[in-house]
Amino acid sequence: MTSLQTLNKFRIPALLAVLVVFIVFPLVFSNPAVTSIAIFTLIFAAAGTAWNIFSGYTGYIALGHAAYFGIGCYTIAILCQDWHIQGGWGPFWTVPIAGVLAALVAIPTGAIALRTRKHTFIVITIAIFFIAQLMAYNLRGLTGGSQGLSLPFPLWDPGVYNLPFYYVILAILLVALAASWWVRNSKFGLGLLAIRDDEDRARGLGVKTVPMKLTAFVISAFFVGMCGAVWAYFLGSIYPPFAFDALFDVTIALMAFMGGLGTLSGPIIGAVILIPAQQYFTLYYGQNGYYLILYGALFLVVILLLPQGIVPSVSRLWVKVFTPREAPAMPPAPQMPASGESPGSGGSQGFKTKNGANGKPPTSGAATYPAPQTPATQQR
Amino acid sequence: MSMLEAHGVSKSYGGIRALDACSISVEQGSITGLIGPNGSGKTTLFNVMTGYEKVDTGTVTFNGKPITNSTPDRVFDLGVGRTFQLTRIFARLTVMENMHVAAQRKGLGSLFARWSATHEQQRALDLLEFVGISRLKDLPAGQLSYGQRKLLEFAFILIAEPQVILLDEPAGGINPTLIAQLGDRIRTLNRQGVTFLVVEHNMEFVMGLCDKVMVMRRGSLLAEGAPQEVRANPEVLEAYLGV
Repeated sequence: MTSLQTLNKFRIPALLAVLVVFIVFPLVFSNPAVTSIAIFTLIFAAAGTAWNIFSGYTGYIALGHAAYFGIGCYTIAILCQDWHIQGGWGPFWTVPIAGVLAALVAIPTGAIALRTRKHTFIVITIAIFFIAQLMAYNLRGLTGGSQGLSLPFPLWDPGVYNLPFYYVILAILLVALAASWWVRNSKFGLGLLAIRDDEDRARGLGVKTVPMKLTAFVISAFFVGMCGAVWAYFLGSIYPPFAFDALFDVTIALMAFMGGLGTLSGPIIGAVILIPAQQYFTLYYGQNGYYLILYGALFLVVILLLPQGIVPSVSRLWVKVFTPREAPAMPPAPQMPASGESPGSGGSQGFKTKNGANGKPPTSGAATYPAPQTPATQQR
Repeated sequence: MSMLEAHGVSKSYGGIRALDACSISVEQGSITGLIGPNGSGKTTLFNVMTGYEKVDTGTVTFNGKPITNSTPDRVFDLGVGRTFQLTRIFARLTVMENMHVAAQRKGLGSLFARWSATHEQQRALDLLEFVGISRLKDLPAGQLSYGQRKLLEFAFILIAEPQVILLDEPAGGINPTLIAQLGDRIRTLNRQGVTFLVVEHNMEFVMGLCDKVMVMRRGSLLAEGAPQEVRANPEVLEAYLGV
């Protein structure tokens, strides 16, 4: 307990330090190759954080969020084309629209998928993803089919070209993170966590499971759609197999598993480790897909060694190392004497702790319930 | 006045008739015991009365209003709480978080407010104190012992202030001290106006606690009455001993 409190004391300054690092990063490392990797990392960190709001908290593993990512991509591309938006800051204003559209599509698709649970749910989300990808190929009038669509090109100076993208996606990440934090601490989020542990029981305690699951699903699709829009604008052109990429889902799920499913910072830590590694492999070994071998290997390592992810494992290790030895990690089972019982074997156990606490002789046969006495060491 | 009633409820699973035109009635303010041999339909009756299972025929009413084939959340909202034979708590949430899951709120805005609202926090703490596990409040519920889990499940039902509580084997597998303590808590709540329907195999516990005992056999009611009457009923003995 005490060591966790120490951990909490460092939390706010540590978070601020991390934030400052994220803000000054592209100014210090201004090489465009580095900032590009940073932008991809932030896109995935934001998408993973959003995905975690639904999948991490409810325990429903959705593997079709690439559909909403792709809808975000195509929304910004089509809007820029139809509204004749020039390169520059203009396209960024359509990013929230892309999010809203992805969220609107998530309402019916999520409602259908959420009629099922567990493995069936995963399969249905994958199916929804493939339907979306097929539509991108075949609705040629809207999406240009396999020709793809191109986006306006901003005429920024090459030296600072990446900065607007970097700060826009950083802002989206921060908003997604705030949303995740807020959900985690709300009554709504507590309901989602209860659903993860025992959905039917939660329902039997008045938790409105169906609307809650769908709301979380739609919130996550909203942020993922925005991430897609920024990604599309940054790349400058989109094609169905890249905008709707099955690997997107594998990546964000792996990130979250690695960092810690259902934790606030888990998906971000996962993204910071995985995405630069993936970009590095792509850069030095070409588009051969060697990073897929890396993904597979990492998945195995995570499942074998860190089944709960980095964040829960590290915080458990912290508690183990810094907890004083004399205070037991878990208090012993309470042995309460039943009231009105003669002070026999059952009663004496309760009085022992009482004596230790206040030194008064036991008063047998008291009509009031003896409140469970907590040893002083455990109250800290 | 009867509070919770089942009229001619039947429920079959495949060829097995778990409930066969079963009718029971729970008086307001009572502690009613429900006993019967294994497989006599006690838990199934609980399930159809709390919305976890649909009935084939028959009706269930609560305070005169029909709740037949309602959903678990709606039944709970109306004021019917229940515990499970195999205790169902939220293992990865802390004890305190478990308490808050069942705390009811109205309106969309309140749903997005913090779960640890002060008045609910105090109430949750009081209830944990009441059942005697308040010092475990920050532990993950999965670390509790079997008996402690039973107490937690009992406590988090209470936070929603149900009018009637259905307990499915509350004394099963817990030590005698804890059983006596649980009995005390049930009596205290009953004096405050909470009605109880208790399924239990521990006869000493049932006979000592309940005002009225109902006996089920093969999906329907066999006998009912004061504990002494039921205990002396030859049909009940036959049902239990299977003569």
